[in-house]
Amino acid sequence: MKIRVNGTERTLDVDPEMPLLWAIRDVLGLTGTKYGCGEALCGACSVHLDGHVVRSCVTPVRRAEGKRVTTIEGLSAAGDHPLQRAWLELRVPQCGFCQAGQLMTAAALLEATPAPTDDEIDASMAGNLCRCGTYPRIRAAIKRAAGIKGDEP
Amino acid sequence: MTVTRRSFLIGLNLAVGGLALGIYPRDALAAEPAGLSPNVFVRIAPDGVVTIVCHRSEMGQGVRSSLPALIAAELGASLDRVVVEQALGDAKYGDQNTDGSSSVRERIDDLRRAGAAARQMLITAAAKQWKVKPATCAAAGHQVVHAASARALDFGDLVAAARKLAVPKPESLELRPMAELRAVLHPTLPLLDGPAFVEGKAQFGADVSLPGMLIAVIARPPVVGGTVAKYDADAALKIPGVRHVIAMPEPVAPWLFKPWGGIAVVAENTWAAMRGRAALDLSWNDGDNAGYDSAAFDDEMLASVRAPGTTRRQVGDVDAAMTAAARIVEAEYLVPHLAHLSMEPPTALVAIDGDQVEVWAPTQNPQGARGEVARTLGVAEDNVTVHVTLLGGGFGRKSKPDFVAEAAFLARETGAPVRVQWTREDDVRHGYYNAVSAQRLRAGLDADGKVTAWHHRTAFTPIGSTFDGVSDEPGDGDLQQGVLDLALDVPNVRAESCKARAQVRVGWYRSVYNIFHAFSVGSFIDELAAERKVDPRDMWLEIIGPAREVSLQELGIAKLGNYGHTLDDHPVDAGRLRNVIERVTASAKWDERAASGRFLGLAAHRSFVAYTAVVISVVADPVRTFRIDEAWISMDAGTIVNEERVHSQLEGGLIMGISNALYGGVTMKQGRTVQSNFRDARIARIRDAPRRIHTDLVASDALAAGVGEPPVPPVGPALANALFALTGKRLRAIPLAKALGI
Repeated sequence: MKIRVNGTERTLDVDPEMPLLWAIRDVLGLTGTKYGCGEALCGACSVHLDGHVVRSCVTPVRRAEGKRVTTIEGLSAAGDHPLQRAWLELRVPQCGFCQAGQLMTAAALLEATPAPTDDEIDASMAGNLCRCGTYPRIRAAIKRAAGIKGDEP
Repeated sequence: MTVTRRSFLIGLNLAVGGLALGIYPRDALAAEPAGLSPNVFVRIAPDGVVTIVCHRSEMGQGVRSSLPALIAAELGASLDRVVVEQALGDAKYGDQNTDGSSSVRERIDDLRRAGAAARQMLITAAAKQWKVKPATCAAAGHQVVHAASARALDFGDLVAAARKLAVPKPESLELRPMAELRAVLHPTLPLLDGPAFVEGKAQFGADVSLPGMLIAVIARPPVVGGTVAKYDADAALKIPGVRHVIAMPEPVAPWLFKPWGGIAVVAENTWAAMRGRAALDLSWNDGDNAGYDSAAFDDEMLASVRAPGTTRRQVGDVDAAMTAAARIVEAEYLVPHLAHLSMEPPTALVAIDGDQVEVWAPTQNPQGARGEVARTLGVAEDNVTVHVTLLGGGFGRKSKPDFVAEAAFLARETGAPVRVQWTREDDVRHGYYNAVSAQRLRAGLDADGKVTAWHHRTAFTPIGSTFDGVSDEPGDGDLQQGVLDLALDVPNVRAESCKARAQVRVGWYRSVYNIFHAFSVGSFIDELAAERKVDPRDMWLEIIGPAREVSLQELGIAKLGNYGHTLDDHPVDAGRLRNVIERVTASAKWDERAASGRFLGLAAHRSFVAYTAVVISVVADPVRTFRIDEAWISMDAGTIVNEERVHSQLEGGLIMGISNALYGGVTMKQGRTVQSNFRDARIARIRDAPRRIHTDLVASDALAAGVGEPPVPPVGPALANALFALTGKRLRAIPLAKALGI
């Protein structure tokens, strides 16, 4: 089957039921997308499918057929998406493992809601776990990327 | 991505953007025959590029920035000409186990001397060339400078002469004043791996692949020490992509870091391995631990702390004081096993080529991994090379190299490079859990309400059981964590340890036994305040007593482990504990809480020779009973190297403390872990994180203490105390969410 990953058409010869996560990681070799739970409970595997956030660990690869998949590697051409910049300016990551998923979910949030409130951020980011506890900086960085001035840490 | 072994190292060591420390596309492994290498941590090439080895593992604490920057500051190097190289597991670096909040606390002077040795050699070389006294020269900005004659030479220009000099003896080295280092290190060091993190280019354990590599997923016995009764290998082998079905070695107590047993399914990709495992149709012999039941064990531990234990700390006569007391306050607390739940589940890759073994793993303990792989394969440690990838969280789980040993065994059995991938369910069910615990505290109060007797009984499953199979009572090193080192201005004190027999693997978990000791003591002081109807802060300060260094005699103990430090270096300092309480309550406007209608909880704790105090504010919430709206944390950890990352540890430790207290714990039934994934093994989500966190570090020249773990212990009791302020209900069992029905 053919899927378009980060702007490039790729041909996959895999079990159509294989979760998109494993097709991305094990077959296409794009390792920025992470396995954290396998049951859509932690968000580490978040990618965009035609611009919408999906948890790739529970999305069969057949659902991506003929569609556009964007992973963290394709979020921006030069690592300079406003969220990526804000993430570095506010030094959000600790261990870094969940951050690709956090960024992909946040990017979709800002697409739909360019100036989110704290409550909207909490609702949209509810499915993305961070064991290091970077949540306050994630909130602040989303607001910074959105151009919202306020109570940054 | 498939990478060659060498390019992998470069990829890991040299981060991507200009923000990083190391921006030179240099092969970190290349020999530098003409370079200066006075010790294992520092190499300076003839072009002046300084390679600094980070011997500890990066798991979010920022150690790959902190330690190299510290060495560079002592050397006088410019960070934009420094390359950071991650150390292989090797005893030549000294202890590499990134555990116990020890990287700066234990190694700061060694690392400073590593930089100072190189600096002194460069200065000596320059002084010779200029025919001036070395003492008149200084190293700064990657140059040696002779200010009087306005001469300067780049480090690179001095390498050829410096490398001919004898390496100075450590005791002859002069270290820079800490203030000078601080000017360079503070306030903000580059986040070495930051750009790689946000671009998805950072390499964690599962991101390394080798040609011909296979992926293994293992079905492990649900009960510790259980064995396989039967399984259907053919069914698994029928799944496309499955290559091997292999029985793991059967586990024999003590558990140590040995593989857990079970059946491995080895496949061409992770999905095939998972499907193969699901097809195995396994049944088990559960063995000796099948009776482990958390509800029954709670009762067993409570019975244990209701009977006299072994006296471990004694001052005065507690029994007489209790008899004479006007009233007695008494409470029991329960804290369950806690699972690490790092976002990256354990994983490790092992390749065997002849008698050479190569390992890539997100390990906190590369020397331990090296030893365990050597033991598993029956080869010499010298034949085992351990590469440390980035760790997607560690929290103590990844200091146990059992998962690396599994990969080594399977690489040998299959003859191919094998990466073992733990699923989240494996991680929840087969961890090395924090000890489960019951605590009983009693205080005798005289007619004026003054506490005249303090009686603490603690029972928990000691980590020693994982190593000897029999320990059911703590050692002194265990009780230093909040029982023996607790400053008490009380004339009669007795602390006893009581028995608790482990029936799972128990291991270090961020701040370890401090969690339940801080929870019980920190809650109990708040209970005393409520009983006495006094301000909880005043109660804390009264119990701790006046600012002083508390002697062994006053503590009522013969010796104190003190995290490996002498009491001269790191006294039990009641003044520093008082100070963080006073700072955190001032910052939280504690005295105005009634007037401002706020519900605050306070707790403080000494651990890893650091002092931390926390205030948490909770507000009623129509849907979830309450939410945490604000939190304050003050810490005195003495000398600080990477100030900004310590603030991030305070934030993160606070949120991990919230996870522990609200949701913490796995429970056992019929020897099996009840929980399986994040739906029931819960951790804090973003809505649980306070909207505002105020972090405060005491500026101090005292010797460096730990910073990674000390933020965690006081959070649980501060939250329980805040909930008491809000609801009037005292919660004495973790997870608090259970009683709250959320």
